[in-house]
Amino acid sequence: MRRNIIQKIWDAHVVERRKGFPDILAIDLQLVHEVTSPQAFQMLRDHKLSVFSTRRTLATVDHNVSTTRNRKILPNPISRKQILALRENARDFKVRLLDMGSGKQGIVHMIGPECGVTLPGSTIVCGDSHTSTHGAFGALAFGVGTSEVGYVLATGCILQSPSQTMRINFKGHREKGITAKDLILKLIEQIGVSGGRGYTLEYSGDAIRALSMEERMTICNMSIECGARAGLVAPDETTYEYLKEREAAPKGKKWEEAIEHFKKLPTDEGATFDREVEVDLEGLAPMVTWGTNPGQSTTIEGHIPNLKDLAPKDRDLAKRSLEYMGLKPGTPLNGIPIEYVFIGSCTNARLSDLKAAAQIMKGKKIAKGVIAYVVPGSEEVYRRAKEDGLIDIFIQAGVDFRHPGCSSCLAMNEDKIPSGARCASTSNRNFIGRQGPGARTHLMSPIMAAAAAIEGKIVDVRRIL
Amino acid sequence: MRKVYSQIVPLNILDIDTDVIIPAQFLTTTTKEGLGEYLFHRIRDQDPNFPLNIPKYQKAKIMVAGSNFGCGSSREHAAWAISDHGIHVILACSFADIFYSNALKNQILPIILPEKIIDHIFEAEEKSEEYKVDVDLKEQRVTLPDGESFIFDISPYRKECLLNGMDDLEYLMSKESEIRAYFKKHPPLFDVDAIQTKDEDAGEL
Repeated sequence: MRRNIIQKIWDAHVVERRKGFPDILAIDLQLVHEVTSPQAFQMLRDHKLSVFSTRRTLATVDHNVSTTRNRKILPNPISRKQILALRENARDFKVRLLDMGSGKQGIVHMIGPECGVTLPGSTIVCGDSHTSTHGAFGALAFGVGTSEVGYVLATGCILQSPSQTMRINFKGHREKGITAKDLILKLIEQIGVSGGRGYTLEYSGDAIRALSMEERMTICNMSIECGARAGLVAPDETTYEYLKEREAAPKGKKWEEAIEHFKKLPTDEGATFDREVEVDLEGLAPMVTWGTNPGQSTTIEGHIPNLKDLAPKDRDLAKRSLEYMGLKPGTPLNGIPIEYVFIGSCTNARLSDLKAAAQIMKGKKIAKGVIAYVVPGSEEVYRRAKEDGLIDIFIQAGVDFRHPGCSSCLAMNEDKIPSGARCASTSNRNFIGRQGPGARTHLMSPIMAAAAAIEGKIVDVRRIL
Repeated sequence: MRKVYSQIVPLNILDIDTDVIIPAQFLTTTTKEGLGEYLFHRIRDQDPNFPLNIPKYQKAKIMVAGSNFGCGSSREHAAWAISDHGIHVILACSFADIFYSNALKNQILPIILPEKIIDHIFEAEEKSEEYKVDVDLKEQRVTLPDGESFIFDISPYRKECLLNGMDDLEYLMSKESEIRAYFKKHPPLFDVDAIQTKDEDAGEL
């Protein structure tokens, strides 16, 4: 039978299928972080269980770590408790923890690929909805709740029924200044924040094939923002080139064998999907959100919609969103003043993102009154950014360059955007209060955020490329 | 859980995300208890007319919400907060996948009903002083105050879990030998021990 890549990975991981029951699905890798794991380890303690497979488990601290220079002394007492709990759990249950200062700590979805544990054809879970990021490697990767974190720790498996499958075909090619972030924001705008609900997505088309691994990660990262369970890109030479020689990836003969296995993963010719969607990139301009969900967006050439032009169901939501955002219908996106810029998060805190932003800022100063944070996603990215001179460029531009973590994406630590302040952000969610109570978030690409920092307002980055 | 008969609390808002249900500042807990007090914290704080601030809704065990309820973050804290507040059933025309799964693991029954019916409930509730709905899990039936009733769908396994207080851990543990056999045949391709790290105190980056 002809199968698509999603079905192939799922089928290969079914331990048992029984009528009337969800499948018992084997998980190849579980990533663990401090915020969604304490109760799961507690469950193991309560049941006097050990971790089923420490070889398939990798932990780090990211969500609530401080991003200041003195972060290792755990300056925030509230987050300190969770970080200490994870250290204790990692020690007691013999789980590998990549802690601050190890040289490998970082946002959980960045360190998996960096270390080479994120492999094609594998199943990956983490107590975090952006686990879909790992789909960039042709892995079936999805977020789970803390109960499931516990079940996987205890048994290596979860109980789930397969989702439906959807192929997203990006048609046409993207012009200069159009980034992976714009592609995914465009998709979410097109199908809506619940358009992918119940589905796992395969991203395909020439435009996807042409993307680097880092760009594919940006796309897959935001799969959850259209409601999809997961999203992936079939592996190809770009994937193998990225993974080859990564520390934890298979080596020598094992690598050769692994590649043979990976090459069988792509969707069979003629295999079908439950739904197919086409996204036309022709004439696409940089995308910016105006509302309080990632689907409320338009291009930099566009205007905030007039309420009467929206479907009746969407009107009430748009009205609430605009009240919160302090914006009026019909306003052009271009020119909206901002006070904060955040370049970071599992969506856009990789080296290529920082490089692209640095290129825009090089030799310039951020606008007066603007506070700009650049937060590398991992210690590895920090190190490379330093080596490549990016940190100097940012600091000379007046940016606050910080230490690795999730930071202002969800503002669990001290990196909060003040109430009422407007932020150009490369993160993934513009929900009410996401970057701090009352904070107003506009999602965009790293180059768009960098341009906003320089000009103090949302502008079309293509003018200065 | 078998039957719930209660006043409903109406949340007629689309795409309610888990950041709104329980803001990130409350995720610093290491236990599951006590989150009910922070349920919808910011909206409750800012909007005195938010239903959960109105006395008649505060003891409701059934919530009725707009579509795509629970979207966004995978935080199970959202389900913990809802459960801790005393909500046992949520009616909506759709739920975000992860939230749906999290709810079921915390003795919350998420019921999917057609949009038309959900809209009807919102309208009828608005016009009533009291609006009590009857939910019968065993019969998979929701009965409205006017006597009209609807059958809902739930997977037989999940229904069993809710009725008997059983969880996935029990079921998975009962399959230990099958699981061990699978993993024996499929050793990990990667090696987490190959990751080289610096001494933890090696100093600054």
